[in-house]
Amino acid sequence: MTEAIQIQVNGEPRGCRPDATVGDLLRELSIKTERVAVELNLEILDRKEFDHRSLKPGDRVEILSFIGGGS
Amino acid sequence: MTGDRLIIGGYEFKSRLFVGTGKYKDFAETKKAIEASGADVVTVAVRRVNITDRSKENLLDYIDPKKYTILPNTAGCYNVEDALRYARLARAAGVSDLIKLEVLGDERTLFPDTVGLLEAAKILVKEGFIVLPYTNDDPIVAQKLVDIGCPSVMPLAAPIGAGLGIRNPYNLKIIMEMVKVPIIVDAGVGTASDAALAMELGADAVLMNTAIAGAKDPIAMAEAMKYAVLAGRLAYKAGRIPRKLYATASSPIEGML
Repeated sequence: MTEAIQIQVNGEPRGCRPDATVGDLLRELSIKTERVAVELNLEILDRKEFDHRSLKPGDRVEILSFIGGGS
Repeated sequence: MTGDRLIIGGYEFKSRLFVGTGKYKDFAETKKAIEASGADVVTVAVRRVNITDRSKENLLDYIDPKKYTILPNTAGCYNVEDALRYARLARAAGVSDLIKLEVLGDERTLFPDTVGLLEAAKILVKEGFIVLPYTNDDPIVAQKLVDIGCPSVMPLAAPIGAGLGIRNPYNLKIIMEMVKVPIIVDAGVGTASDAALAMELGADAVLMNTAIAGAKDPIAMAEAMKYAVLAGRLAYKAGRIPRKLYATASSPIEGML
């Protein structure tokens, strides 16, 4: 078993497998990929890229979705 | 009023009432209020997913994007860079190319920073967004937003959430006469007569959130707003009588004793 790497998800530190992709992270968090937006180190990812972008130590991931709001 | 459709950026809407989804007690109440309002367009915000508590429900489980046109906003953005970031994230989250663009200038008034707004709108229009800008009741800025390529402009009636109603009907009227795109009066409405007045002035639609969500009975207020917008629209199209200082009898003099 390889040692976990440290990343940041929505501002919180988190460990993950060194070979994990963004898609793996979303599955681990039980987040459905439809209607979420993911930013990896300030780069907005296309949904098709989720399973191809692997995570590196120190990566900053932001996962966003729609909530109630007016103005 | 069938056939009185509103068309913005290729989208066609039956209802001229646009509603927000913030400040409700829960998603069930949000859903009921939106149904009662008869709105086709529903605004939402873009925020971080709660990753620690995944049991939380998703708004779009209640507000079906197949049934409603989802209009994401850039609420809470105080500079161009943030507004662009949120707009792009909203599009990446995959409901549409529509964006309710807000670049705010000040926390106390939430008034738009129109300089930043014009800059952000220009960039987003180039990127293919359908930009609906939340702006001041300033006819010159409204025209500039249209020149940039916004298919509609959304001037405020009063500060967001203030419930003061239409503070500057004359400026709004000038915008409606000068600017040849649909005008959506956004923010500041307090009660049904405010919405009716906006429509009577010639607004093409009214957008509100707090006036409904903050009412004692949000579902009843949502219904009231539906009728207010319909009544105001009908009155506008019917053409009101001119204002006169003195009376004109409506019963004939002829045949009197």
